[in-house]
Amino acid sequence: MKKDIKSIIGSFALLSLLTACSTQPGSVNIDKLTAEIVKASFSDKGIVKVSALETDEANKLCSTADVAGKELDDKTAKAIEAANLKMIKWPSNGKFVGDWKAGEKLAQSGRGLTWTDSATTPNGGNCYNCHQIDKKEVSFGTIGPSLYNYGKLRQVKDVASAESKAVIEYTWGKIWNARAYNACSSMPRAGHSGIMTEEQVAHLVALLVDPKSPVNQ
Amino acid sequence: MKVMRQLSIFALVSSVSIAALAQKTAVQSIEEYRALLADGNPAELFEAKGEALWKQKRGPKNASLEKCDLGKGPGVVKGAFVELPRYFADTNRVQDLESRLVSCMETLQGINATEIINAAFGKGEKANVTALATWIATESKGMRFNLPQSHEKEKVFYEVGKRLFFQRAGAHDFACATCHSKDNIRIRLQDLPNLTKNPGDGIGFAAWPAYRVSNGQMWSMQHRLNDCYRQQRFPFPGYISDATVALGSYLGVNAKGAASIAPAIKR
Repeated sequence: MKKDIKSIIGSFALLSLLTACSTQPGSVNIDKLTAEIVKASFSDKGIVKVSALETDEANKLCSTADVAGKELDDKTAKAIEAANLKMIKWPSNGKFVGDWKAGEKLAQSGRGLTWTDSATTPNGGNCYNCHQIDKKEVSFGTIGPSLYNYGKLRQVKDVASAESKAVIEYTWGKIWNARAYNACSSMPRAGHSGIMTEEQVAHLVALLVDPKSPVNQ
Repeated sequence: MKVMRQLSIFALVSSVSIAALAQKTAVQSIEEYRALLADGNPAELFEAKGEALWKQKRGPKNASLEKCDLGKGPGVVKGAFVELPRYFADTNRVQDLESRLVSCMETLQGINATEIINAAFGKGEKANVTALATWIATESKGMRFNLPQSHEKEKVFYEVGKRLFFQRAGAHDFACATCHSKDNIRIRLQDLPNLTKNPGDGIGFAAWPAYRVSNGQMWSMQHRLNDCYRQQRFPFPGYISDATVALGSYLGVNAKGAASIAPAIKR
């Protein structure tokens, strides 16, 4: 199974190479030139190293599709989603739902992982930058959908109940690695990319699903 | 000295006003605040400094910048800003305003380009480039962006810039496009212009250089792009590096027809 995914991704890599070799305008290979310009233009600063630009195949495929102004074809999108779904790490202690109050604090913070942050700067979840969450917070972004009443709308009445299990697992997975459900999602892969720890992801899940969370009032 | 004092008083007043205004919706407050400042944009101080620097004999060669060719012939300032970045035959490169100014400072005045490039924003000769860029932009206020795209290298830089704009990378998988490829979206309360097309007069590329009220600094387009990349969790883009100039070409060409309001005033 693992081999299958690898070979699928491999064939996409080849495909993307073929389609990426655009030679307009004139005879210059734009993609090759872009790579050279990136290499010459960026440098390490603080905690951010140029290696941060060496990204995975999914990012490359999504960027190439964006440049072409097209959506990924269904097959490629499904393969990226399947591969990312396999990479989700589920809570090692089995605890999907943490403390919504801690989740709210994480959701508020957009800090961490820039070249002006230190390695010890606590990372924020960046959630309010893009989403409405607690209705009391009026300073929210609209890049992503509103998450107000997230759990209520999904009928989560008791986080320990069997009925809410699927929703809660999905919520964990979405925060851990959004690409598992939407190949070219704009959302950072909070758990997968090491932005949030397991414990912090559980707090964010709580903020969204806990019936006591202000999100569900 | 007088300028410094004016600026610090301004910063004090602005922080008090922002706190007082915080009870209204923030967007309303910012708009009202901008309106209040429209008559006295502190960018004027930088414009005056820039104009003086253009005419002043300076550097090891004791020369002014009045023979600098910004694309419309030596010494022509009016209208130059809305056609940059563009190709320059003497350097055989596509250059944005700041890149071109650094070339002129080096060739005409003998000022060391590497030192300018390596300085921090707001320091030394780099602060002078920002002041010069502010004045030069002001001379094209109200004119519409119309970058030339006839030279092969200009077309190539547009295409490179487009790829940079959509490049997803870093810890957060962000690209410029994550925030700037849709209409009517915002981050927190900050409106995000759609930079894949002309976002409108005085919006996006047509607003910088701008005076930033929140930190009391004059920011050039290079500074703006640099801080975007910082927030994007990307590594450090070199000042006037080809990546930043190519990105400027993409944004500038897309802004065709947008009237420049630079220097704008920003939160």
